[in-house]
Amino acid sequence: MTLALAVCIAVLVGAGSYLLMGRNLPRLLFGIVLLGHAANLVIFTLGGGARAGAPIVPEGSDRLAAGHADPVSQALVLTAIVIGFAMLAFCAVLFERVQKATGDLDVDALRPGDEEGDGS
Amino acid sequence: MNLLVVLPVLVPLSAAALGLLAWPRPRLQRAIGVVGSLGLLVTGVALLQRTWSGAVLHSTLGGWSAPFGITLRIDLLGALMITLAGLMGAAAAVTALRSIDRRREELGFHPLLQGLLLGVSGAFSTGDMFNLYVWFEVMLISSFALLSLGASRAQLLGGARYVVLNLLSSLLFLTALGFLYGMARSLDMADLAVRLPALQSEHPQLVLAASGLLFVSFLLKAGVFPLYFWLPPSYPTAPTAVAAVFAGLLTKVGVYALIRVHGSVMPSSPLLFEVALVLGALTMVLGVLGAVAQMDLRRILSFHILSQIGYMVVAFGLLVSEEPAVRRLGVAAAILYITHHIIVKTNLFLVGGLVRELGGSFDLARLGGLRGRTPWLAALFAVPALSLAGIPPLSGFWAKLAVLEAAVAAGRPVIVAVAAGAGLLTLLSMLKIWNQAFWREAPGELAADAGAGSEDRAGRWALVVPVVVLALCTLAIGFYAEPFVAAAGRAADVLLTVPSMAMEVGR
Repeated sequence: MTLALAVCIAVLVGAGSYLLMGRNLPRLLFGIVLLGHAANLVIFTLGGGARAGAPIVPEGSDRLAAGHADPVSQALVLTAIVIGFAMLAFCAVLFERVQKATGDLDVDALRPGDEEGDGS
Repeated sequence: MNLLVVLPVLVPLSAAALGLLAWPRPRLQRAIGVVGSLGLLVTGVALLQRTWSGAVLHSTLGGWSAPFGITLRIDLLGALMITLAGLMGAAAAVTALRSIDRRREELGFHPLLQGLLLGVSGAFSTGDMFNLYVWFEVMLISSFALLSLGASRAQLLGGARYVVLNLLSSLLFLTALGFLYGMARSLDMADLAVRLPALQSEHPQLVLAASGLLFVSFLLKAGVFPLYFWLPPSYPTAPTAVAAVFAGLLTKVGVYALIRVHGSVMPSSPLLFEVALVLGALTMVLGVLGAVAQMDLRRILSFHILSQIGYMVVAFGLLVSEEPAVRRLGVAAAILYITHHIIVKTNLFLVGGLVRELGGSFDLARLGGLRGRTPWLAALFAVPALSLAGIPPLSGFWAKLAVLEAAVAAGRPVIVAVAAGAGLLTLLSMLKIWNQAFWREAPGELAADAGAGSEDRAGRWALVVPVVVLALCTLAIGFYAEPFVAAAGRAADVLLTVPSMAMEVGR
């Protein structure tokens, strides 16, 4: 299971990096999303997420059964997912506004040129 | 629970929340913004007073004891940074009273500024790696929003580049945290500092991978070559108050993280420190060369940020040395430089705002004659500009001297030569601004909205007061440098030696 997760992470990082180097802004966004998933999976896998036992204390016992998954790493992943989602939402709107401002979604449109803010 | 330790987070958080509640009433929002920033400043001073002699304040949240819970840990360096964050926040909030247009205020400028201060102070006060990541994200999303507020074309374009690269940096940080947690089962900084050397002998590649990923992530945030290309397009597009707080605080949070994590948490890696030295030296030179080529005031200042970051990273990189005395000198020099630079850089951007207000433009080709028309502005520019260039007896001189001293002690003549050369070029660049904007006669076509109608003078105190206060701080550090230098030395001591002790206190 851990091996499968490792392969999955590798595929996500590869695909994400490839998309990140693309010319199209939405593709770039997807690249970031995939890399974010990869990072979350790293935390999850290295935190022992591949183990089968749920981290819940069984009835009548006062400690977790052996072979349980680590709840802390899952909590970390949850936080990271939420933060990533907020960033994704912001980026999506930002890129949409860029498209409205420049007329296309090409990364080259982001070149600074001679624009200056009005400094107000 | 020690309330004082939580205040750096609580004050900006409350100010942001209250600011949001006061949404339809901009005057109330402005008041909350200024009061919140001043509150952070006062908190910082109180923390400084407690930690000045080297004590470390800590508090575990939620009743979970270390290392299972999240610990807030504030030492002298943290307190110093929080104070500076409060000071810069106050300067920005006061400037924004006059300089921010109504539309941005309506879109929530003041709560966002408090959100930025929240992320920054949280990062300075935390003792847990994942918590550091969370505060970085808070800071980042607030800065994204502040940058693109108002959504002019320039801001969107500059902002998009800034957003993507900083997101990448966060992902690298997160991956490294995954490695660290997998190995150590805890992300508490003091715990890691104690246990990583043993873990390093078990899993050397994993520790090196985590260390390297964190290193790259912080270099990107700090703005070090070759990861700094996001900065010059984005900072000049922001409004004055925003650019000032960005320039002063955001990159320094990256440098702080570098010093904190690689200086006291991760085991020493000579390779990384050597790389830091080389990249820092390159950043020093390339940043100032970029500045010399520009004709727009804010672009010049943005490139100078990069160059000065190079000084701090070089001082940090001197940790490569084997001798503890040299390591201490290096970290102390970096801390002193951070302190000096935050104040000077914010001040320069605020002065830039005043130049635009009174001279009509940021473009050096269209400015001129400000020395004759507004001699006080010339003086207010001269103080931070000469300090940036390292002219005695201003704060920049002591900071640069500390870096050079540390480099000499480490036996690195190349670094000394590069640092001195970059300082000369910085002076050249500042003189160019002085010449173009202040000394020479105004060119024929003065920018249309130069000068002042009497109604423009109304709120102008809000632009001038922060500049004056920050200039006084620079003069104070310059003329009474000894306490600051000593404090930087003590902060370096605490940073480099405390982690092992903190664990016993925590448990």
